[in-house]
Amino acid sequence: MDFDLSDDAKTLREAARKFLDAEAGPAVARRAMEGEAPHDATLWAKVVEQGWPAARVPEAHGGLGLGADEACVLAEEVGRSLAPVPLLSTMAVIEALLLAGTDAQKAAWLPRLASGEAIGCLAWAEGAKSPAQMPAARLEDGRLTGSKAPVADGLSATVAVVTVASADGPAMALVPLQAAGVTVAPLQSLDLVRRAATLAFAGAAAEPLGTAQDWVTLCERLAVLHAWEALGTAAAAMEMTLAYAKDRQAFGLRIGRYQAVKHKLADMYIKGELARAHAMHGCWAWGSGAPELAQAAAAARLASLDALRFTAEESVQLHGGIGFTWEHDCQFYYRRARQIAGALGSRAHWADRLVRALELRNRAAA
Amino acid sequence: MDFNDTPAEAAYRAKVRAWIEANAAEYLEPPAEPWGLDEFVARSKAWQARKHDAGYVGLTWPKEVGGQGLSPMHQIIFNQEESRTYVPTGLYSIGLGMCIPTVFTHGAPDIIARYVPKALRGEEVWCQLFSEPVAGSDLAAIRTRAVRDGDRWVVNGQKVWTSFAHRSDFGIIVTRTDFDAPKHKGLTMFIVDMKAPGVEVRPIRQMSGSSDFNEVFFTDVVIPDTHRLGAVGDGWKVSLTTLMHERLAVGGKPRHAPGYRTLIDVARSIETDSGPAIERADVRQRIADTYIADEGVKLTQMRALSALSKGAIPGPEQSIAKVVVAKTMQDMSAFALDLAEGAGLAVAPGSDLERLQGSYMWSAGLRIAGGTDEILRNIIAERVLGLPGDLRPDKDTPFSQIKPL
Repeated sequence: MDFDLSDDAKTLREAARKFLDAEAGPAVARRAMEGEAPHDATLWAKVVEQGWPAARVPEAHGGLGLGADEACVLAEEVGRSLAPVPLLSTMAVIEALLLAGTDAQKAAWLPRLASGEAIGCLAWAEGAKSPAQMPAARLEDGRLTGSKAPVADGLSATVAVVTVASADGPAMALVPLQAAGVTVAPLQSLDLVRRAATLAFAGAAAEPLGTAQDWVTLCERLAVLHAWEALGTAAAAMEMTLAYAKDRQAFGLRIGRYQAVKHKLADMYIKGELARAHAMHGCWAWGSGAPELAQAAAAARLASLDALRFTAEESVQLHGGIGFTWEHDCQFYYRRARQIAGALGSRAHWADRLVRALELRNRAAA
Repeated sequence: MDFNDTPAEAAYRAKVRAWIEANAAEYLEPPAEPWGLDEFVARSKAWQARKHDAGYVGLTWPKEVGGQGLSPMHQIIFNQEESRTYVPTGLYSIGLGMCIPTVFTHGAPDIIARYVPKALRGEEVWCQLFSEPVAGSDLAAIRTRAVRDGDRWVVNGQKVWTSFAHRSDFGIIVTRTDFDAPKHKGLTMFIVDMKAPGVEVRPIRQMSGSSDFNEVFFTDVVIPDTHRLGAVGDGWKVSLTTLMHERLAVGGKPRHAPGYRTLIDVARSIETDSGPAIERADVRQRIADTYIADEGVKLTQMRALSALSKGAIPGPEQSIAKVVVAKTMQDMSAFALDLAEGAGLAVAPGSDLERLQGSYMWSAGLRIAGGTDEILRNIIAERVLGLPGDLRPDKDTPFSQIKPL
């Protein structure tokens, strides 16, 4: 037993943090928020140069062939730095291809995604539906119809994984976005840094991608990936607030001396540590193909959403009035917490998935 | 990262499991009738001796003090396998978890030779005499006085909340030996014979109705200077050794305390206004929350033990375990008892609901014992996050001159 990241993953994390400390962070996020571009193209070019989109792509397809550990630490650092690049969306499409793609699909897309030539997005959302509910979108005779919103990084992407109805539940289709019959329109999102779009398909050419079960498994892997992202975002918000509590004075003391303040920060730490433990478990289950993935992924998502929401909310609270201003960075974490929570199924959805997994396991044990 | 056993760990686990199955056959199910205290002590002693003779105690302790010199992973594996049974172990958790590591860290060689082997085999039971009526969270405010008299010390005072003092042979006691030094500087630690003249133990009845701990009175109790642990005035530092071991010894969900599985079972058996309880979204969220808390603590402790086996020192990070577990027990059991409507109030011996009632009562104490929720949050905030300490206006004042603000 070894409940720790591999040395390789730790080295990558350190390198990624150093790179993003210099190249990203709240100031870069603010620039993206105030600009018009769907993502920061200059930063994205540098991220591609670092080889990060290639991380999970097998060497045969021009990638680095790295494991789940490495994908998770990259997600954590993107979360920490708020980097306005479509890395996690691209990784989601890569993961879908790795999981469910035919040889031809992999050969067509993995090298382009690894090299940054193609950018991916995951288009499953249809308003208030959960990832388990049947989408209205249809794939018939290679033609896709329907509409998806909100789609994170949809304005940047060149290829999408889209969920469609199937007899066995939601299933996936692979759609190049430059083709005829695809309309991409900007959508106002609560997260002003990670832009969203509405994708409309009117008979666009598309291919089926795997089975309904593959969609279930993909959601689990992405639940882990975004749990790591949330850990990073929560850690950054907490560190910012901790620094403020050590500096700000009131009633003749640093406010960090008051228990009402320090106990909130302790709770941020506690929630963050629980989330990290579950995220590690999820990362291991993903990387090793362990049967615990359904349970570990759901727990990682729930614990990380709890940690991030609490930290983002209490960060504003502990900063007081200044934290509520447009100019302060608190809003980035507060908004991103909503983005992560809304992008892959709600807390109630994942709590139900977790309990289903526990019930199945208990039945198997009995 | 690998949450599965290595081949060597799997082999050790198989060996442990076979041994436990062969030696703990009578403990595979919970006892039909709760044991009385005498029977609990007798069974505890027998099980400890059996484990000792088979080489399953002091797993991570150095060999020179009678330990096995194995890694924390071996300890995890043994604990996991042992916790599948209902063997009695609580009698020794304080002695072997906290007192004896303090003895072998700070005691002289002949003291170690005298006390450690008998403690390991469970022949002698130990207790930890720290808290006092005026010194709970503020441990360094203790007033029990030890006065030097040649090569011996004379102790007077009162300790409280001392688990198993009424069944203990020895204890480690922190005393004040200098009332004119600041509160943390005038303390000294000793080993005390609980059967010595002048030691009086009075059980305290808890709000749960049971009596697991005591108040202990010391009247002119004599302790030879050979039984001092650490230098005179170093009692605070020595007690930190104890507390460091405490961090590893307590914290996780108590063995067999009801958890998410119990909540699933209870929810399955209850029909509510809006259908079967197990199908209700709020119930499923509560099951999920309970799992996240309890399993999260378990996984956090395993991460810490991984770090420990790579050479790290147990740090204050582990303070999160009890904060999470105790409150989760309280919240979950109240939720389950609510679900059960009137049945949650009536006591039905042997039922899941009775276990939940027990957990509800016990969790209220667990949130206080070994560091309150509030003190543990202070520790996390100050020692892990580096926030400034609470105002401690008495910190540098000679103890005898401290007056509350």
